[in-house]
Amino acid sequence: MSDRPMIHLDRVTKVYPGSTVPAVEQLTMDISQGEILVLVGPSGCGKSTTLRLINRMIEPSGGHIYFDGEDVTDVDPDLLRRRIGYVIQQIGLFPHHTIGENIATVPKMLGWDKKRITARVDELLDMVGLEPGQYRDRYPRELSGGQAQRIGVARALGADPAVMLMDEPFGAIDPITRDRLQNEFLRLQAELKKTIVFVTHDIDEAIKMGDRIAILGDRSVIRQIDTPERILAYPVDDFVDDFIGSGSTLKGLNFERVSSLDLSDYPTLVEGEDPQRGLQMLDDANREWLLLLDREHKPLRWLRRADVERGGRELRQRGQHIRAEVEPNATLHDTLEEMLNESTGICCVIDNRGRYQGVVEINDLTEVIRKLRAEAKEHYDALEATSV
Amino acid sequence: MSQPTIRLDHSRSTDDDELDLAVTAAQTTTLRSRIVGIWLAPFGILALVAALLLYYTSLDLATANIQQRSALDWSTKLWPQTIEHLTIAFWATLLVIIVAVPLGILLTRPAFRGAAPWVLTVANSGQALPAYGLLILFLILLGQGTGTVIWALALYALLPVLRNTMVGLDQVDRATIEAGRGMGMTKRQALTRIELPLAVPVIIAGVRTATIINIGMATLAFLVGGGGLGITINSGLKLQQNEVLIVGAVMVAIVALTFDWLGAVAERYLKPRGL
Repeated sequence: MSDRPMIHLDRVTKVYPGSTVPAVEQLTMDISQGEILVLVGPSGCGKSTTLRLINRMIEPSGGHIYFDGEDVTDVDPDLLRRRIGYVIQQIGLFPHHTIGENIATVPKMLGWDKKRITARVDELLDMVGLEPGQYRDRYPRELSGGQAQRIGVARALGADPAVMLMDEPFGAIDPITRDRLQNEFLRLQAELKKTIVFVTHDIDEAIKMGDRIAILGDRSVIRQIDTPERILAYPVDDFVDDFIGSGSTLKGLNFERVSSLDLSDYPTLVEGEDPQRGLQMLDDANREWLLLLDREHKPLRWLRRADVERGGRELRQRGQHIRAEVEPNATLHDTLEEMLNESTGICCVIDNRGRYQGVVEINDLTEVIRKLRAEAKEHYDALEATSV
Repeated sequence: MSQPTIRLDHSRSTDDDELDLAVTAAQTTTLRSRIVGIWLAPFGILALVAALLLYYTSLDLATANIQQRSALDWSTKLWPQTIEHLTIAFWATLLVIIVAVPLGILLTRPAFRGAAPWVLTVANSGQALPAYGLLILFLILLGQGTGTVIWALALYALLPVLRNTMVGLDQVDRATIEAGRGMGMTKRQALTRIELPLAVPVIIAGVRTATIINIGMATLAFLVGGGGLGITINSGLKLQQNEVLIVGAVMVAIVALTFDWLGAVAERYLKPRGL
């Protein structure tokens, strides 16, 4: 990864004729090689206009656009666009061309030879999970919405462009298919490492898809641009806060994993050990619940003092069944979910063989959230200090 | 032309399968009924031809009166008139296509869109005028002859092709053009590779209408010395010879129906695949 940004916008401005207020005002932005930058903002903030300024579907009225250091503000826009993948919400497949011909659109314009085009079409169909032999010669009307959007992406990847622009690509698709397409696309991107500018109005999609998110206000002014984690932990102002909406803390927990926590000690009793030792630990720690483990250290039951003292049945048949268990790679969001289902409010952490590692409690989560906020605030304070 | 086949697709999820099936099944039925319509029409036309032939031979021209014998003579009257008739309709239609299609393309380009209402008004008035009046106007301007008829008919039939070209181009999904331009098609490529192919069915429908108008209106060509089957019909009327009148009128009908059918076939088979 080079230091030079793949796309550099330098004070790009768009003023429509007959309007005094610019649609996009002095936008300066860097997009690094291989990242997905999501432009998100309320309707009419100019995010789509911004995207279309990058491939000059709309000509900027001022400023410069650089691709990998090359000023492309004045090159032939048609030639420029052949170097950029472009996916729109309505997809816009050519209904009179076969799926193969659709995908071959840009390679054909670039004058690739037939053999190379055929090979590329099959490769791309494979890549988006549609069997080439079955789909190559079909027409778009025979596709479902999800399949059509896959072809839309394949077509945009036709000539293997370094940059892709995606304008609400999954906006018109039902939620279940959308989720599947998003995951497929992220998997694809992990291999392809394209530089992608992605427009959406859906903050959740932005959080899911973005390596970085730019939250845009009126006239496409950047209100905050950062990783999803940091934006969720520390919205810089009320505008961003409002836009992220309620539940930002919960969403932020999606980015943290159990493995990042320092698991605290908790009173446990291994089957066969002296129950009195367990009760002693319970008293020392001033806790209500004692965790019973089997001889392989797998969590068995939650026990109260009374359960231990009552006697009678075996220990492993007393107390409460354990509901909440997570592995270290679980997100804190999932952990909280588990915790809410557990009457003790405590979530056991186990390794991949089911052996006890520690527990997570609600105050561990609040601690993490506090720490994330503090770190993000520190980051922004530092930024402010250097910019002053 | 192969029928679309229903293909089951086991690699995709069930909802995709069901959708595929539903779409293909619906298309199959509409397609089939249209194909049946197209291949039924020629039989109707042939039946009409047979009926006319039967009627014509039953007239027994050898013993008929001189007026009938002269007006219904095949090699000196009916056949040359049919050829004249078709010649007029052909050139008028060709002229319409040559003028109206490029004009329609031009008027749907952003730079010239403002002129569209004006041009459409002129084209509209061409059709609003009584055909008879239009023909006389051209007679005054251009004098007698086939040329006069062709120009008058061309103006008269301009509107359907012009309007259909514009509608055909306008109804092309903007997203399709946007996608094409976004991938680096030039304006010309977007026009020739996307807009025009997708507008073809509507444009052909306009040409079909213009052809039928021209064949019908060419019966008036005799008024300005342009010839055509109108002469026979007119003779029948003037001389009160119903036999002549019937033969002339049915021949025009046969010609018109034949070309309407050819238009339908063209619409069906010149339509880009995939639509």
